[in-house]
Amino acid sequence: MTTTADLQQQDQAHDHHHDTGGDTVFGFWIYIMSDCILFATLFATYAVMSTSFAGGITPKDLFDLNFVLGETALLLFSSFTFGMAMLYAHRKSMPGMITWLCITFALGVGFLAMELYEFHHFSTSGASPQTSGYWSAFYGLVATHGLHVTGGLIWMLVLFAHFKRDGFSKANMVRLACLSLFWHFLDVIWICVFSVVYLMGVL
Amino acid sequence: MEAQQNNLADGQHSDTHSPGGAAHGSVKEYVLGLIISIVLTAIAFYVVMFEVVSPALTLAVILVTAVAQILVQLVFFLHMNTSSEQIWNTTSAAFIIIIVGILIVGSIWIMSHLNHNMMIGH
Repeated sequence: MTTTADLQQQDQAHDHHHDTGGDTVFGFWIYIMSDCILFATLFATYAVMSTSFAGGITPKDLFDLNFVLGETALLLFSSFTFGMAMLYAHRKSMPGMITWLCITFALGVGFLAMELYEFHHFSTSGASPQTSGYWSAFYGLVATHGLHVTGGLIWMLVLFAHFKRDGFSKANMVRLACLSLFWHFLDVIWICVFSVVYLMGVL
Repeated sequence: MEAQQNNLADGQHSDTHSPGGAAHGSVKEYVLGLIISIVLTAIAFYVVMFEVVSPALTLAVILVTAVAQILVQLVFFLHMNTSSEQIWNTTSAAFIIIIVGILIVGSIWIMSHLNHNMMIGH
């Protein structure tokens, strides 16, 4: 970001907008890094609470790995389809980008629906957030990820409106690049969630 | 100029010169990332669901596949590398990994010692 070449570029007025875009994406990257710390605290809490069942129901009784595999597949494919949308955006192909972004949105909604169904199923099976320290930590961690996905979906809807109004403007490309980072980041966090929470939970 | 604009728009792909060429190379990148991710996920779920190895080895497989998949996604999906355009993203990520490590390992360490000293569960 601060190489000599970049500094020289900044001197040239006509390149000013480019640097602004790059800085915005980098700034968003810094936000994502700080979000990592949020998730780290939740994972640490989960790890500390991992055996605090208070005599209540345990994850071994409830977790269905086939179901989790479905959620994982939806989110992994949505990360891939967002990548495809980015490629079409670079080619300035509106129908291609919108199509892939719609597929991404649908997969994201599917993931969220599965997660909400799972929460409902767990809550009615005797594992609500009040049940024990373990389940408080579980809902705190998994629902925070779910809220991020919800935020990403709302952001995607807003971006549809932006692209419909302004097309492939520089500002829209920067917004799309930021959302792309955010969406891939959520997939990376989900890898940690299914590994630490679900797979280790049934061991 | 157009290629440069694209580079900055997503802050990556320093080697791209034309949008068409870059797109072609990157499809391969995304497909490769997807395939490796699917394989790693399948391995992790397989060892747990079918209990093919001992619990200790299962835990090791889960951890190794998770770390490997995170690295694969950082490289193939988030396009992290050590080029001059990406170096600060990578540097900040390395810093955060240290902080996250201290946070998680430190918390578990402190709390396990606390439990031990309070004789909880003894």
